[in-house]
Amino acid sequence: MTDAAPALPTITHAPRRRWPWLAVAAKLLAVPQAAFGVVVIAVIVFCALLAPWITPYDPQAMDFKRMMAGISADHLLGSDRMGRDTLSRLIVGTQTALIVSLGAVGIGVLVGAPLGLISVYFRGWTDDVVMRFMDALVVFPSLLVAVGLAAVMGSSIGTVILAIGIANVPWMARIVRSQGLAVREQDFIASAEAGGLSRLRIMARHILPNTVAPLIVQATLSMGYAVLTEAALGFIGVGVQPPTPTWGNMLQQAFPLLQQQPLLSIVPGVAIFLMVLAFNFVGDALRDVLDPRLKGVIH
Amino acid sequence: MRQYIARRMLQIVPVLLIVTFLVFAMMWAIPGDPVRAFIGPGEALDAKQMELLRRQHHLDQPLVVRYLIWLGDALAGDLGRSTINNRRVAHEVGERAVITLQLGLVAWIVSVLIAVPAGIVSAVYRGRPLDYLATVISIGAVAVPGFWLGIMMILLFGVTLGWLPTQGYVSIFEDPLEGLRHMLLPAFSLGITSCALIMRQTRSAMLEVMAQDYIRTARAKGMGERVVIWIHALRNSLLPVVTVLGLQTGRIFAGAVVIETLFRIPGMGQLLVQAVFQQDFTVVQGSVLIMALAVLLANLATDIAYAWLDPRIKYND
Repeated sequence: MTDAAPALPTITHAPRRRWPWLAVAAKLLAVPQAAFGVVVIAVIVFCALLAPWITPYDPQAMDFKRMMAGISADHLLGSDRMGRDTLSRLIVGTQTALIVSLGAVGIGVLVGAPLGLISVYFRGWTDDVVMRFMDALVVFPSLLVAVGLAAVMGSSIGTVILAIGIANVPWMARIVRSQGLAVREQDFIASAEAGGLSRLRIMARHILPNTVAPLIVQATLSMGYAVLTEAALGFIGVGVQPPTPTWGNMLQQAFPLLQQQPLLSIVPGVAIFLMVLAFNFVGDALRDVLDPRLKGVIH
Repeated sequence: MRQYIARRMLQIVPVLLIVTFLVFAMMWAIPGDPVRAFIGPGEALDAKQMELLRRQHHLDQPLVVRYLIWLGDALAGDLGRSTINNRRVAHEVGERAVITLQLGLVAWIVSVLIAVPAGIVSAVYRGRPLDYLATVISIGAVAVPGFWLGIMMILLFGVTLGWLPTQGYVSIFEDPLEGLRHMLLPAFSLGITSCALIMRQTRSAMLEVMAQDYIRTARAKGMGERVVIWIHALRNSLLPVVTVLGLQTGRIFAGAVVIETLFRIPGMGQLLVQAVFQQDFTVVQGSVLIMALAVLLANLATDIAYAWLDPRIKYND
């Protein structure tokens, strides 16, 4: 082994547990809000995966005898102006909500984290260039990017994911960079360099693991924000287009009928609220469990 | 201090160039011929006309040259013309910006007026029912989609109670009372998230300040609790509020896109959404540019205000 790293005299590590994530999960579930959040997220994932089998009706099937129905045994959450079952459409809507938030946060992490790593590892002008780019991206709120992209590329789920993803990049990069700054100056990085480890290996194996905790927290909170943005886009009509039911476009179609059937406007909103709340609860609890010092860093 | 501000101003130059370049580059994402950006939808031109248009918009020039020409025009206040009605984009955006700024300002004021007292009360009555209530509301407020809250308020105050108008815009300058009545629901929908964040920030800052020695000294000197809270504690608690307010500018602009559509307010957000549907690319570009610049300036102003307000921070390096 060329790796001549000394035994890290200044840092004392707690003995390595075999399943560190299990311990985190246990601590997390002990927080009531987080447990609630985990349950809500689990239900949403369940609905998204099993949608074709668990929807009481075909989400596109029209029932002309029961148009704009209220809550009833036939339609548990009512039906829309074409007699389509709201519960079924709500369940199918979990798919878009989940795909968009996962995709957007995925792009944010996969592009942002490496940029942050490069920035903190190479410092100097590389850092300057990358960070000025991030400063520039921060200026564009995700909704603005999405509307701009929708104008030139057309509205589709791909545009929505890409737009929210782009808006996530600078935040992920900044977090990795700020967390990595302290690690970068530690002796073990210098000794790894002296030991001839490749830059990629140092970044991936020594700096990245120290930034994972805040990254996970930010990613969880960003999931909720992505759901909100997707819904807003659907509402103004530049998100995922009908007939695919999404919570946002359900609200758009329901708005003109607000006076006749308010239930149509209430139900999708409550679903969005619960999903965002769940991600916020889990994110907040993760922050406290993984690293209490992060309280002031991530909002 | 002056040095810090000067350095911060200098730092903004490359950011400004990148931001403008990104907005300029938006047109690349248009599939097919970029000339399409300057032709109204449904318009058909022959090859000769296309060539003429191409030259007129410098599309035959290298990219850097095109960017510099565009930037120069933009700096001179020329954002091109709408492909739909041929109006000057700068003129149109300017007209609409006044309305969005009014809306944003009312949203700001409403959220501060609710959040700061709520935060103070929450901190002073820490751990009591009032504090819990405020905390629960603020947690919910962050998760609720602002536009959906708007829909629910339309349902309650407009449809059911009939107290407030739910659509349209009346200038505050022409009819202050009616203008404000029209602004109230949209402003609240727009400001709800900021309101919750400012409340939390006020609460935690207040708690931190009230644990300081000088507050104990003030109390020990026999000062009334009101004086301690309102004169001594509040002043220093408002510092983080400034930061939150500044950072919310982006949220306000992004939110305006949705809220203006919902309440049919003819501001920049509505202009942008309409332009997207009409494929009026120059208007989209102009609106995005102005909004991005507004956020950029707000961030800069926040940093400077923070440095200026906080006596503990020295920027001499």
